Amino acid sequence: MTTATAQQDKADVPVFHLTEDEHEHSGGSTMLGFWMYLMSDCLVFAVLFATYGVLGRSYAAGPSGADLFDLKLVAVNTTMLLFSSITYGFAMLAMDKGRQAAVQGWLLVTGLFGLAFIGIELYEFHHMILEGATPMRSAFLSSFFTLVGTHGLHVTFGLIWLTVLMVQVSQRGLIEANRRRLMCLSMFWHFLDVVWIGVFTFVYLMGVLK
Amino acid sequence: MNSYPDWWKLVFGRFTLEAIPYHEPILLATFAAVAIGGLALIAVITRMKAWGYLWNEWFTSVDHKKIGIMYMVLGVVMLLRGFADALMMRGQQAIAFGANEGYLPPHHYDQIFTAHGVIMIFFVAMPLVTGLMNYVVPLQIGARDVAFPFLNNFSFWMTVGGVVLVMASLFVGEFAKVGWLAYPPLSGAAYSPGVGMDYYLWALQIAGVGTTLSGINLIATIVKMRAPGMDMMKMPVFTWTALCTNVLIVASFPVLAGTLALLTLDRYVGTNFFTNDLGGNPMMYVNLIWIWGHPEVYILILPCFGIYSEIASTFAGKRLFGYTSMVYATVVITILSYLVWLHHFFTMGSGASVNSFFGITTMIISIPTGAKIFNWLFTMYRGRIRFELPMMWLIAFMLTFVIGGMTGVMLAVPPADFILHNSLFLIAHFHNVIIGGVVFGAFAGITYWFPKAFGFKLDPFWGKLSFWFWVIGFYVAFMPLYVLGLMGVTRRLNHFEDPSLQIWFVIAAFGAVLIALGILCFLIQIAVSIQHRDRLRDVTGDPWDGRTLEWSTSSPPPAYNFAFTPVIHDHDTWADMKKRGYQRPLDGFRPIHMPKNTGAGLIISAFATICGFALVWYVWWLAALSFAAVIVMAIAHTFNYDRDFHIPAETVLREEDLRTEQLARA
Amino acid sequence: MKNRRFLALLPLLSLLGGCQAVLLSPSGDVALQQRNLMLISTALMLTIIIPVMALTVFFAWRYRASAKADYDPDWNHSLPLEVVIWAVPLLIIVILGALTWMGTHLLDPYRPLNRISAATPITTAQAGSTQARKEPLVIQVVALDWKWLFLYPQQGIASVNEVVAPVNQPIEFRITASSVMNSLFIPALAGQIYAMPGMQTKLNAVINHPGDFEGFSANYSGEGFSGMRFRFRGLEGNGFEDWVKAARDKGDKLGREEYLVLERPSEREPARQFGNVAPNLFDLILNMCVDRAKMCMRDMMAMDAKGGGGKEGISTVMALEYDKSVRRGGAPMPPRPFVTAICTPADVYGKGEIARASN
Repeated sequence: MTTATAQQDKADVPVFHLTEDEHEHSGGSTMLGFWMYLMSDCLVFAVLFATYGVLGRSYAAGPSGADLFDLKLVAVNTTMLLFSSITYGFAMLAMDKGRQAAVQGWLLVTGLFGLAFIGIELYEFHHMILEGATPMRSAFLSSFFTLVGTHGLHVTFGLIWLTVLMVQVSQRGLIEANRRRLMCLSMFWHFLDVVWIGVFTFVYLMGVLK
Repeated sequence: MNSYPDWWKLVFGRFTLEAIPYHEPILLATFAAVAIGGLALIAVITRMKAWGYLWNEWFTSVDHKKIGIMYMVLGVVMLLRGFADALMMRGQQAIAFGANEGYLPPHHYDQIFTAHGVIMIFFVAMPLVTGLMNYVVPLQIGARDVAFPFLNNFSFWMTVGGVVLVMASLFVGEFAKVGWLAYPPLSGAAYSPGVGMDYYLWALQIAGVGTTLSGINLIATIVKMRAPGMDMMKMPVFTWTALCTNVLIVASFPVLAGTLALLTLDRYVGTNFFTNDLGGNPMMYVNLIWIWGHPEVYILILPCFGIYSEIASTFAGKRLFGYTSMVYATVVITILSYLVWLHHFFTMGSGASVNSFFGITTMIISIPTGAKIFNWLFTMYRGRIRFELPMMWLIAFMLTFVIGGMTGVMLAVPPADFILHNSLFLIAHFHNVIIGGVVFGAFAGITYWFPKAFGFKLDPFWGKLSFWFWVIGFYVAFMPLYVLGLMGVTRRLNHFEDPSLQIWFVIAAFGAVLIALGILCFLIQIAVSIQHRDRLRDVTGDPWDGRTLEWSTSSPPPAYNFAFTPVIHDHDTWADMKKRGYQRPLDGFRPIHMPKNTGAGLIISAFATICGFALVWYVWWLAALSFAAVIVMAIAHTFNYDRDFHIPAETVLREEDLRTEQLARA
Repeated sequence: MKNRRFLALLPLLSLLGGCQAVLLSPSGDVALQQRNLMLISTALMLTIIIPVMALTVFFAWRYRASAKADYDPDWNHSLPLEVVIWAVPLLIIVILGALTWMGTHLLDPYRPLNRISAATPITTAQAGSTQARKEPLVIQVVALDWKWLFLYPQQGIASVNEVVAPVNQPIEFRITASSVMNSLFIPALAGQIYAMPGMQTKLNAVINHPGDFEGFSANYSGEGFSGMRFRFRGLEGNGFEDWVKAARDKGDKLGREEYLVLERPSEREPARQFGNVAPNLFDLILNMCVDRAKMCMRDMMAMDAKGGGGKEGISTVMALEYDKSVRRGGAPMPPRPFVTAICTPADVYGKGEIARASN
């Protein structure tokens, strides 16, 4: 923390500078900055959700969500992502205790869950496109593929990031910089989870159950 | 196109040799001028062996001061391009009457007005404003750099990437022909085939990433890195406006990114967000783009309000009147700017209640804005006003901006907007507020902070000449447009039938020439000032008897800004320090922790720009490769843990001793 | 010193007093009311703008450094002043806001007119008057690539780049577009409103003085935009009936096929009339199914409201038979899909005719 060397005893000549250098608090800035990045990303999703809200019923005489979605598959998918959030949480707990091997292990499990999620999503997309329900078919499908696809793209980048971090932790251990990075990825990962809950409810459940 | 073999398509995408405009004399001459100028510049730099210096000291610099200056240079250079477009438009409209079709066919004219709008907003006004904030804010809050110095460098180069794409469109292919906000369906694949729209989309997308990140960076800087003692209500007003502007940036640019991404998908993939067929809805684009677009104008004007506030109190030699209400006014404007977007399209046919809601919220914004004007007014009251150039810009701004504000409120009344919408009256209105507010503010800010950045003042003679040309030129150029608007003339026309309109267009064109002279005088002013820098030298670091913290350091400030972190007791920190007999510390220096320069930002943005260019031309292999390079470079950058260093105490001592000597001589 | 600039502006203002500024001396009652609202709001704002400008100049002069006037470097707050500088603009905005609310509702382009001019209100049956309400003349407007098509459903005629209406007769424009957004604007008659493909906007107006007025598109729509002008003619006496009769006598046909030819981009088309117009043409244009192969928007939306066309609906798309990009001078694009018409018991050949009459 900061300390002023001279006492502010004489009221007319107050302290105008610190003679001891400030502690570096770049970590605090990073968390705030990353949080703001997440909020800006959240706005991108807000645009996509709003678009889906406007166009989600414009089937252009084509198939609707109820015709296309396989809720069971999506439920499995959701479970994968929720589990990956839990396991990431375990990784963070292990990080607090300084147990590097456990951190790496939980990160690996998180990554595998993430991969499973992406795999199932790709399977779903592939299936729909094979049936002819492409993003080009209707405004509903355009907004569906874009919203869900953007989320999937985020998860993919999260996976790349996770891999990079695992390499970096193995190289340098749980140093301050790496802890900060793990914290950021943690926020990112949970953020994607929250977005997915929105997608699951708003797109899939309401699409099928309406 | 068909005469090209298949391998050509594979390698060059849809690029063909016909895409290079050999047959357009204007473009060819421009290209020749740019090429010769560019080669001359490269030759001079090479001759002076300055490449290493530029690379090490500027391009890779993470110093907020240098990045700020680079933003300003970028803004001024692009002002020349954007203004050349303006002159061409004024020229065309002044002669294209009746049988005379003018010299610009629609194919060119439509590109020019699109480019003019895009360049002036994204690549002139934004860099100027961002540059000033970058330079001044850390100094005003007593910080040594921004929160994320590398990100700052990266943001700048992403903005440059957007500029490169827009400029490339001039010589390779064409630019968009859709107006600066590119409403679909016109901007969709069906009605705007060709590369112009794609240049637009990728240029804005790449530059937008830079802008968003720089917004995040400055918010984190202002929130986290203020010197001890500077609570929110002790922040200088410019820092306050910078904070609000960056909040607006972070809260609006993602909307732009999302909207443009949807339009990009429509064009590249064939989705149906904004098409006419298959359920698309173009009205959604208009709403989304203005949800970004309206906050954007406040992003531009708020920092300028901050500049005016600093100037008013400095040159009136007086505390700013109503600091608190100034701050609240800024915050209110920030919030309200999200509740007015629909006033840009009252004529789309929303119901009367929706229209009047948005009309009234728009008018409400004029209340805090009016309060600000009064605050500057009463700052002058019982002051001792020195009519230096920045103060002259302030007076010109106050007189001009209220006219723009008045016509703005007229446009906010929906029934009046029905007759004024899209007319030249509207054009006159927003130039009235953007030139009268943002451009005047940027010039005021440049004149005001130039001595801080370079250690000498700008030459006042050429500055005043520039000022009068700008101010008179503005009135001569835009008052006729108000008149033409009332005569029912709409915007974006490249030919007219009614000869009685011509005189007004000729007057407007003359005004544009006056403004051109103003720009010329500004450039001469800089050249003359550099030549006479010894005569204009300021060694005190405080040439205007300033009131905020940036004036407490030397001019130019040392790399570390402040040898010791200042402690703040008042929002006019430096005036307070001077009044209470502050003594500059002369010893006891410690090593200072600073970030290291890196070329990663430039390299990543270069690849991003190549990727954008490849996507414009459907050169898929290059797009894939350069995108992969962006990712790989970004990852590689994260493996560099060695990002900072310490300036040794001896260096600090040497620099500070130099300053002590200078002050003694002054 | 600074206010010299405004003196220079005075001649401009006097020029404005001339009759050239169509927005300031319109010939239609709606435009006149819109102008009045504009002038009232300007006057209201000038009550504060002028003192501010005068004070700016005065303070700048009075407190210049060389004047050695009162100098009070620490004076920076005054509660009464703060109240005034927030309250006065607020007061003006309250008045202006009330005016805006009323004006916007009264001059809502969708709202049927309640008066021909200030002196002659339109009487309604509810008011107990014997005089019947004057039914508006319906004109359907289509913004085409780069010309205007006006359809008169009550008269069964159509006109390109010329629109005619009797003086003092309420007009109801129903507006759409064929390809991109435009804006229908006849400054002498009334304010503008956007013309958008697949959507209908409305504009109610009346012309009070006979004459030829200019109309145009006020929203940029591409290459031929500058030439997208038309004449609006207000005629007295039997002028309108004569014009309609002349068009009918000429008998040019405008059906689906003719429309699809007319729709193709062209610039600066001379005015011409059609005397024989397919009765549901506007409806087909609005629903974007003049081309028989295309499903009408209305039917598509009805299906969507019931949950879409199901998986069977996936393949009901076809490539559009003409290429829009080539029509606008670009390179050929991959064909764009559209939803094909479906055959129904009422329409076994799938010709996409709309059973219901246009409203």
